[in-house]
Amino acid sequence: MQVPSHVEYERATSVEHALSLLSRPETRVLAGGHSLIPMMKLRLAQPEVLVDINGLAELAFIALDGDQLRIGALARHADLLSSAVAGECFPIFHDAEREVADPIVRLWGTVGGSLCQADPSEDLSAVFAAVRATAVIRGGDGERTVPVREFHLGPYETAIRPGELLAEIRVPVRPGTGSAYQKVARRAGDWPVAAAGAVLRLTPARGVRRGPRGVRRGGQPPRAGGSGGVVPPETTPPVIESAGIGLTAVGAEHFVAAEAEDFLVGRVADHESFAAAGAIAAEHCHPAADQRGPEDFKRHLVVELTARALRRAAARVIP
Amino acid sequence: MTIRVAVIVNGTEYARDVEPRLLLIHFIRDELGLTGSHWGCDTSNCGSCVVWLDAKPVKSCTLLAAMADGHAVRTVEGLEQDGRLDPVQQGFIECHGLQCGFCTPGMMMTARWLLDHHPDPDEAQIREAISGQVCRCTGYENIVRSIRWAAEHPRSGGAGERAGDTA
Repeated sequence: MQVPSHVEYERATSVEHALSLLSRPETRVLAGGHSLIPMMKLRLAQPEVLVDINGLAELAFIALDGDQLRIGALARHADLLSSAVAGECFPIFHDAEREVADPIVRLWGTVGGSLCQADPSEDLSAVFAAVRATAVIRGGDGERTVPVREFHLGPYETAIRPGELLAEIRVPVRPGTGSAYQKVARRAGDWPVAAAGAVLRLTPARGVRRGPRGVRRGGQPPRAGGSGGVVPPETTPPVIESAGIGLTAVGAEHFVAAEAEDFLVGRVADHESFAAAGAIAAEHCHPAADQRGPEDFKRHLVVELTARALRRAAARVIP
Repeated sequence: MTIRVAVIVNGTEYARDVEPRLLLIHFIRDELGLTGSHWGCDTSNCGSCVVWLDAKPVKSCTLLAAMADGHAVRTVEGLEQDGRLDPVQQGFIECHGLQCGFCTPGMMMTARWLLDHHPDPDEAQIREAISGQVCRCTGYENIVRSIRWAAEHPRSGGAGERAGDTA
């Protein structure tokens, strides 16, 4: 029988009330509890006080606000999955949420809780890193923002300081963007063996030059605008203006494939570029062999899933 | 240290002084004596402990009883209404939806929730809905059939009249 050790329970009635309760030492925020309570059962977490924020409706929202998608920390996975506006702006959210745990767990687990758990195998960390989201953190001294790419300091470790509370996540919405998430898991509801998320912003190519095959070096496609023969515009794929690639469960720093992103910027959005980006992403991550597979298998998945996510993201771009 | 937890379970009010660390499944089974909900894997994987908190199913091994304070809980004992089995329960009878029966209460609570939101689910939707629940007898085929049976025999006619309608 697994039971948590002794703990005090407080129910917050407002964000301000939650912050005052969190000022006590050895306090943890209790939201969906679907990571924290199992960890408490195993004594991997032993807080002295739990602050239940489930009643804070002010943190449970998903809304488009100007050019930002704002997601309250207490939005449930099921809320994000069923949010039409989130799915229109970023199909990557729906791709990923379909794969998070199972439908019952998704009714309770929260978006903010997933980010704060900072589990290396947790899907949304890579997704929010890919879309370059910003975390809004409330504390006794007011509000501060942290890019999600700087939010995770390491496994189970975040930029949230004692006494602080993740309030919301803001995602910049820009036209010409497509996104996707691809995951391989051993069975329904399991943690990923590996997963990749991609966000692409493309600009229509006019008069873009592509190098002839003969001048390519190292098997990499040329950058758009490089010297070489001119391909008729009607057959030229658009150019990648910006790329975001998040990797899950493969030891990528801050869940990001930064080298692959840099590689893609300015290149034509074709399968060759995406395959090369997948190879670069696999080269720079650090998967660990475990019960879900050996290292080389996980690297293989990174190559393939990154390329697939990029292809799907490109296909979803709405000009 | 104990705290007061007051809940309405299947329409009946209960209040108990319990430790804050007490899990909802143990509150339901040990404090209230409602043993229809089963305590299974303890790791939120198997789903035999699924009950409803307000209008949503939850794995009650992964919720503190304290979190349910002031809320309504529905357990498998609350499926029948006015002495009539819920169509989901009848479906499990009609289609042999259980073998050992351990996963059954959780399966039925999830099935009721599914049908309330998708009255006519196809097989893929049913399998997705119960994908977070484990039948160690591996009787999934008949569980899916049972839920389909319930979809085809909605509550309006009264489950008691329907018993034996179809096999």
